Amino acid sequence: MIAFIIRRVGQALAVILVMTVLVFFGTHVIGDPVWMMVPGDATQEQVEQVRREFGFDQPAHRQFLAFLRDIAQGDFGRSYVHGGPAFALILERMPATLELAFAALLMAVVLGIPLGLYAGLNPEAAPARAIMAGSILGFSLPTFWVGLMLIMLFSVMLGWLPATGRGPTVSVFGIETSMLSLEGWRHLLLPALNLALLKVSLVIRLTRSGAREAALQDYVKFARAKGLSRRRIVGVHILKNILIPIVTVLGLEFGSLVAFSVVTETIFAWPGMGKLLLEAIQRLDRPLIVAYVMVVVMLFVTINLIVDILYSALDPRVRLTGDTA
Amino acid sequence: MVAVWKGAALAAALVLGGWGSATAMELRIGLAAEPSSADPHYHNLTPNNAVARHVFEALVDMDEVQTMKPGLAESWKTLDDTTWEFSLRKDVKFHDGSPFTADDVLFSFNRVPNVPKSPSPKTAYVRGKVIEKIDDHTIRIRTARPDALMLNSLAQIEIMSAKAAASASTEDLNAGRGTVGTGPYQFVEFVPGDRLVVKRNDAYWRGREPWEKVTFRFIKSDPTRVAALLSGDVDVIETVPTADAQRLAKEPKVALASALSNRVIYLHMDRLRETSPFVKSKDGSAIKNPFHNLKVRQALTRAINRPAIVERIMEGEAVPASQLLPDVYAGTSKNLKPVAYDLEAARKLLAEAGYPNGFRLTIHGPNGRYTNDTKIIEAVAQMFTRLGVETTVETLPPAVFFSRASSGGPDKTPEFSMILAGWSAGTGEPGDSMRSLLMSFDPQAGTGSANRGRYSNPQFDQLIQKGFATVDAAKRAEIFASAAEVVMNDVGLIPIHYQKNTWAAKKGLKVTPRTDEYTFAMSVRP
Repeated sequence: MIAFIIRRVGQALAVILVMTVLVFFGTHVIGDPVWMMVPGDATQEQVEQVRREFGFDQPAHRQFLAFLRDIAQGDFGRSYVHGGPAFALILERMPATLELAFAALLMAVVLGIPLGLYAGLNPEAAPARAIMAGSILGFSLPTFWVGLMLIMLFSVMLGWLPATGRGPTVSVFGIETSMLSLEGWRHLLLPALNLALLKVSLVIRLTRSGAREAALQDYVKFARAKGLSRRRIVGVHILKNILIPIVTVLGLEFGSLVAFSVVTETIFAWPGMGKLLLEAIQRLDRPLIVAYVMVVVMLFVTINLIVDILYSALDPRVRLTGDTA
Repeated sequence: MVAVWKGAALAAALVLGGWGSATAMELRIGLAAEPSSADPHYHNLTPNNAVARHVFEALVDMDEVQTMKPGLAESWKTLDDTTWEFSLRKDVKFHDGSPFTADDVLFSFNRVPNVPKSPSPKTAYVRGKVIEKIDDHTIRIRTARPDALMLNSLAQIEIMSAKAAASASTEDLNAGRGTVGTGPYQFVEFVPGDRLVVKRNDAYWRGREPWEKVTFRFIKSDPTRVAALLSGDVDVIETVPTADAQRLAKEPKVALASALSNRVIYLHMDRLRETSPFVKSKDGSAIKNPFHNLKVRQALTRAINRPAIVERIMEGEAVPASQLLPDVYAGTSKNLKPVAYDLEAARKLLAEAGYPNGFRLTIHGPNGRYTNDTKIIEAVAQMFTRLGVETTVETLPPAVFFSRASSGGPDKTPEFSMILAGWSAGTGEPGDSMRSLLMSFDPQAGTGSANRGRYSNPQFDQLIQKGFATVDAAKRAEIFASAAEVVMNDVGLIPIHYQKNTWAAKKGLKVTPRTDEYTFAMSVRP
């Protein structure tokens, strides 16, 4: 177990290094950030001054070495635009994004599993067909469009929910969260639903196919023959056996919820790190982009690790050893 | 577990009381662009300057049509062409109660060029100015040469408190430590990515503002900003998307306010090279750069149907342009009119210039930097193609575009043959625009800094220089107007339109529109 974790951390560091190199030189190719910083009427002299101040006048590999040197000293770079340490800026925004992703995940589980189970156990029923048709829509509608429609319907036309932003936050164990108040949830509901829609559809489909397969298994027939209640057969025997793929997928999807909440955050003006990333890319704020990528890679690695550990809890056949994982 | 839920319910109850609907005298404004800092000297950027003006003031104020008005300086006079004397207001106090004096002005002037890691310092506004304290409420500023834009520059320098901000870094100011000014509002908090909050300064020397608290929310997405206004999340929004302006005008809950802006959208032509890289003959062979021929330039500007662009693409949120700044500003020429669309005359001119069959051209431009920029370039390209100049369009992300358009070619020359760009006259007069966009490129002298076509005309250069050396405002305006005529008749660049700035507010609020794209709570009245 320990060896397994150490190996994973080693892999993670290698991935982070490779990503950093890619992003660093990638953004270098895109353009010269100085033009996104100076005003339109800046003189050549001013442009050169800003270039020198930020070290853009150095060749790319020099800049990269300086960047690595700073990292070795624990300095992950400062945002060109905001001036603050890039890592701190991202971590500051992280609770908002995690909260959004968590709420979306919760919706995916709470809505997706029961609906999927129903559709899997009664494949021919009309509501089941409706659920499956709905899940196709959930898969194929673009997030930004659905987000705008949600705002139009629930905020502009019905006036039930606010269109933008995050509600009031309360500090719990040092983490700012808006999930402890009704107003917070009112703000959270639409963006979380928008982000969750695709995941709900995914969970419905996974659960349904799992349930259909499991329902025909011998152990289910046996349980039924034994006279167990339907509730127990579904709740214990079927559900427990189809959870593994769902947990795996949800684990991975949680990472993507966090990393790709960019669109939802922008549409709902949600003050999370996705919105920060988008602005950083537009302004070519390289330290911020690099730091974001580092954070996301670490997040994925951590989630994969947790998923692997959860496996072993759910399925006793899975053993975590250094060489098989 | 039960205890946790009880706690949550209690927290919910507590929070609900204080949040929810806005109090009567709170103003919530949806901004399209987010300031990068609460430090007024850190980043010379429109949203930064706009929010800074709530907390800080300058010696000189610009009103909504960018006319210079007394600010913290109640009056000024020129002792000679290079010496200015300013009398400071005696009745002004900072938010922390300390009085405003000449020391604060000296401190602020000294701070401007020394903000570390500033992405775009305001250094240019203080350069060449030697400032001297005469007494607590009088200062003198000397310049080496006559500086016609003295007042315009001073209007850009926010005065900070020498006492409160003495050792404040940009991060301190973002966190509200030392963010102390003399303005109508006091700084409360800045939450990057979300909001900036200010509260009323009850002791403001011009009199109290009607709003107890103003919250600026940053809502970048256009449709969301409109939705936020319609759903009542915010009371006022800036930068109403052109596609929604006409619909919002019919909406009974909403009132629009719009003003002609100081931003012109224009085309620059390559005047540097003998053969231009993105101009080819119809068969693809290299030809001599046609933009050196006045008749070609006249043909191109005549082939542009400006009213059509304004009406169809900008949906009425623009006005056809004749020069670099609308002729309501001093220093512009009333004799210049937008060039009328006349395809036949344009074809004739092109034939007379020796291009009866036209040529091939690629226009480059940014995508997403100016309102509808890509659509405008596409429309212009179609109009040129109709003229016989077969035109293709290439748009690039702004960061790439400006870097290549400024210095992407060999020896750091501009790379493209024709570009679309925009220019906003932050100084509120045309001299700076003409100096930056059309004077001969000279990095040492700081002229032609945005002259990406490298247009050069000695007669025009002389006029601009003469204008800047003329301190008398009326005389200077005359010189600049004649310079504008010289350069526009020579088609130094092709102006397309001036943008309009549009604000939308919920019914019952009155917004005074501004020409300089700044969104002020001070412009909103109940």
